[in-house]
Amino acid sequence: MKFSERKRDVAIVGVGSTRFGEHWDKSLKDLIAEAGFKAATEAGIRGKDVELIVGGNMSGGMFVGQEHIAALVADTMGLQPTPSIRVEAACASGSLALEMGFLAVASGMYDVVLVGGVEKMTDVYTSGATTALAGAMDLEWEAYFGLTFPGIFALIAQRYMYEYGLTREQLALVAVKNHDHGFYNPLAQFRKKITVEDVLDSTLVADPLRLLDCSPITDGAATMVLVPAEKAHQYTDTPIIISGIAQASDTLSLFNRKSLCTVNATIEAGKQAFSQAKISHKDVDLVEVHDCFTIAEILALEDLGFCKKGEAAKLYEEGEVWVGGSLPVNTDGGLKSAGHPIGATGIKQVIEIVHQLRGESPEPVQVKGAEIGVAHNLGGSGATVVVTVLKRGD
Amino acid sequence: MPQTAVPAHWRKYKERYLLLGMLCETCGKITFPLGSVCPNCRRAGKVKPVRLSGKGKVYSYTVIRAAPEGFEVFTPYVIAIIELDDGVKLTSQVIDCEPEEVHIGMPVQVCFRKIREEGKEGVICYGFKFRPADNSWKP
Repeated sequence: MKFSERKRDVAIVGVGSTRFGEHWDKSLKDLIAEAGFKAATEAGIRGKDVELIVGGNMSGGMFVGQEHIAALVADTMGLQPTPSIRVEAACASGSLALEMGFLAVASGMYDVVLVGGVEKMTDVYTSGATTALAGAMDLEWEAYFGLTFPGIFALIAQRYMYEYGLTREQLALVAVKNHDHGFYNPLAQFRKKITVEDVLDSTLVADPLRLLDCSPITDGAATMVLVPAEKAHQYTDTPIIISGIAQASDTLSLFNRKSLCTVNATIEAGKQAFSQAKISHKDVDLVEVHDCFTIAEILALEDLGFCKKGEAAKLYEEGEVWVGGSLPVNTDGGLKSAGHPIGATGIKQVIEIVHQLRGESPEPVQVKGAEIGVAHNLGGSGATVVVTVLKRGD
Repeated sequence: MPQTAVPAHWRKYKERYLLLGMLCETCGKITFPLGSVCPNCRRAGKVKPVRLSGKGKVYSYTVIRAAPEGFEVFTPYVIAIIELDDGVKLTSQVIDCEPEEVHIGMPVQVCFRKIREEGKEGVICYGFKFRPADNSWKP
């Protein structure tokens, strides 16, 4: 099915998310139930209305020893015998779940689909989490030699600084901006403003990246309800339409990319999603991009085409990427400040755009009159990318 | 990396000990790692193992200061993407020098080293690492 030949448009009519952070008192199941019921309550649906569940989860197996997540989700919410699917694409698991849910509704197969993402990461120690995350890279030829995820993005940052002259101070501005925004997000893991000096003084993790360049280890879940757009007003006065959604892939290993400074899957998915939605860059009111590490946000803005390669740093120095600028980026604090529960992140990004387009974000970070938002979710070092375009549907 | 059974290591011995890549006789391209499919020709490609050049330059690098399980004793250690003289890129550690000495463009050559131990009863993993070039490497 080509996007243009879809049977119908798909609307988001209810969203819900847990607070992101270290939930020592909550299990994987508790997180799923909390986010799921929040979204269902917002949409005003009952259990029997749900026809399909699609959940994104990177590694229940390695983070908590739990697999069979699809049935677990249905079971946890008392939704059996509703069919349930789990999808996995490392850090892009959440938005891949959204894409599968979109296909299910757009094709005409299902009318009410619950899509979500969840990760419970703090039931293992940091070294265990690092090992689990390393599974998103090439196990035999990257992880085997001791490469870590901060290491992957450090290799990218080092090369980018060499090729384009990006300074350490400029890179720190990405984290500063995201903490400035996340300060106002009631569900964010770190609601604290930071300075460039704070970033430069933080512990080295993988040179040149420091602790405050890195998104944290986080527990959290996020869920939304999808229905056909033509029926959306039965559920809400402010439906948000998925007007473009595209996924692209690239080599699992970083060393096999033509360039370390370009994520080809972002370029491909971005072009497709923009073309599906029939929008150009000037139409976009805000973007949520995948800032697992500060350098990843720089690459994302360039590869999505918001500026030329090597020029993203200017947007930070001129303040354009803060709320109030020409291109607000990560108005919820991004992965850096809001947290990064791997499987939930892609859904959380879209939920932030839903809040913004409905005009219900906290006042200091509300983008005035926002009508179109773009979400960019990256898996691994860029082997999977999903780009989603959202529009107001009222 | 999780602890794995012996076959997972044994089947990679040649590639990791001898630094093997893949030559596609159909398109003539050398790629890494060795697999069963040429990434350019796919099914049409006829591939075979090939010894890669053991000499190259650092393309990018980092110093790992928060190590995954099994690498704690080596911390801090340098991981780099190396561009070999035959054009192939790969990931490897750079050793036998201070982390501060490593830079983009630095000439390096391959050597054979222990990578890590998988706990007290697991496999001892070996493979290639790279060190500053001194022209002692020969094909």
